[in-house]
Amino acid sequence: MHGKARTGPSLWLLIPAVLPILLLSVIPLLQGMSLGFTDYRLGPREPQFTGLDNYQYMLTDYKFWSSFKTGAIWAVAVTAGEIILGLGLALLLNAGLPLQGLARVLILIPWAMPPVVKGLVWRMVYHPTVGLLNRTLIQLGLLETPINWLGDYTWTLPAAIVVGIWAGLPLASVMLLAALQTIPQELKEAAALDGANGWGQFWHVVLPLLVPVIVALSTIELIWNFNSFGLIYVLTEGGPGDTTRLPMLYAYEEGFRYGNLGYAAALGNVMVLAMLVLIYFYVRRSSREVA
Amino acid sequence: MARPLLSRARPVWTRRLVRTGLFLVLMLYVVFMAFPLFWLVLTSFKTQGEVVMATSFWPQGLHWANYRDALFTQGIFQSVKNSLKVSLVAALATLAVAAPAAYVTARRGGLVEKLFRGWILATQTFPHILIIVPLFIILAGLSLTNTHTGLSLVYVVANLPFVLWMLFGYVRSVPVELEEAAAVDGASGTQILIHILIPLMIPGLVATGMYAFITAWNEFFFALVLLKEPELLTIQVNLARFRGVEGFVRWGPLAAGSVLATLPALAVFAFVQRGLIAGLMAGSLKQ
Repeated sequence: MHGKARTGPSLWLLIPAVLPILLLSVIPLLQGMSLGFTDYRLGPREPQFTGLDNYQYMLTDYKFWSSFKTGAIWAVAVTAGEIILGLGLALLLNAGLPLQGLARVLILIPWAMPPVVKGLVWRMVYHPTVGLLNRTLIQLGLLETPINWLGDYTWTLPAAIVVGIWAGLPLASVMLLAALQTIPQELKEAAALDGANGWGQFWHVVLPLLVPVIVALSTIELIWNFNSFGLIYVLTEGGPGDTTRLPMLYAYEEGFRYGNLGYAAALGNVMVLAMLVLIYFYVRRSSREVA
Repeated sequence: MARPLLSRARPVWTRRLVRTGLFLVLMLYVVFMAFPLFWLVLTSFKTQGEVVMATSFWPQGLHWANYRDALFTQGIFQSVKNSLKVSLVAALATLAVAAPAAYVTARRGGLVEKLFRGWILATQTFPHILIIVPLFIILAGLSLTNTHTGLSLVYVVANLPFVLWMLFGYVRSVPVELEEAAAVDGASGTQILIHILIPLMIPGLVATGMYAFITAWNEFFFALVLLKEPELLTIQVNLARFRGVEGFVRWGPLAAGSVLATLPALAVFAFVQRGLIAGLMAGSLKQ
């Protein structure tokens, strides 16, 4: 009796969750990874094992290289923007300014909006003639002719990155705010007594205590952003040209527009590989800096 | 006596100036974050002419026709019903399968917890493209592609990582002594779960369930791939298609449809945001 109480409740209760996880997550994931080593196409023909052919082809595939490069720029820029702007926002929300409570709720709005709507509303903001951005800039005299923000080869990626940061800022600032609130006031007061001003307190007392949260948050955000799909699909559909075609968009097109499901899965495998390499180096470097 | 010295070095008016500056920066942030939705709502009440001619920032009147148009001409009404059905079923089913698992895992810890946490992390790392192809084949084998049942099943599995994550924390917040007392009285694990743990976890279950509902409501990729029949589309897929007709865009109804797609998420979010943040933090605590 006592032994049972110590080991905890029966493992049978796990079955309702483990069954769907195995059948609809673990097994399909393993199958998906193995499909990346086949020539599977939509249709009646059985997939043939082709070894590393998909990956050999990838080396010469211009769209593969460009989508991964775009994905890397997008993920790094959006994540860095979220963390830096999110840190600023979290500090402001913790500074006891007027309307702080209202501000804490209003900045969460993008978090609650569906990715499709996020894409749609920014399409409207960026629209060359109807859009709010061009109209405002022209009225202020900062711009003479309208810019086609989402149709121009130089502007589209930066414009999309702004949207990505806007979309991810709520979660980043809320997490950083929660971490800020756990820092004991006495620590800052002790630093102030030692003569540290606001900046010195932040740099030497507050920031080091936030490092673990920043590392965890930026790791998961890098992964999410590298894998993101819905927002960009609605905002730009990867265009113009290949300028905003993220890896997931390319894999989706290969798999579901052209029916090359084996190659799409191979692209997925390389995405995982790229993420693992990135996480390995990033976590190692940041843990060394902490130590 | 460092303090008086410091405050003499910084007179009151400089501090006020700094605080006013900080306040203005905070307001800039708020405008940046909240403005797109505000503008979307304004646009949803404008006529096509008002939007295209850009005559005024505010709508001339409340042009409700956009909403009628979106709901009935663009089929948003049908897709809202579809989304409600799929998301509600998915949220309830996720809670039903996750609660027992969270109970066992949080109380036993050890290898079971390691496996679950490993799986949760893996689901966040792997791109959806890897899972969707085999999932599509499995669902096709069960004749569940292009059905709401199939999509709900997918959403249960997609919701499970964070629902388990949140529930781990909620289970741990219930003192274990109550269960031990019931176990001494001869109650089984299932009885303890149903009669003791679940009643005590209601607030956590409600918050988590609402978040699961919103995640399913907002989801786009799986719905895009799995549903083909126009009458079956969820609101997100319908909206994305609505935009897809290039050239002539009907701004008012598009904005109205977007507002309708955002409202449930916004309402639920306003309700659960406090519990949500606390839950995300609690789930990351280990025993």
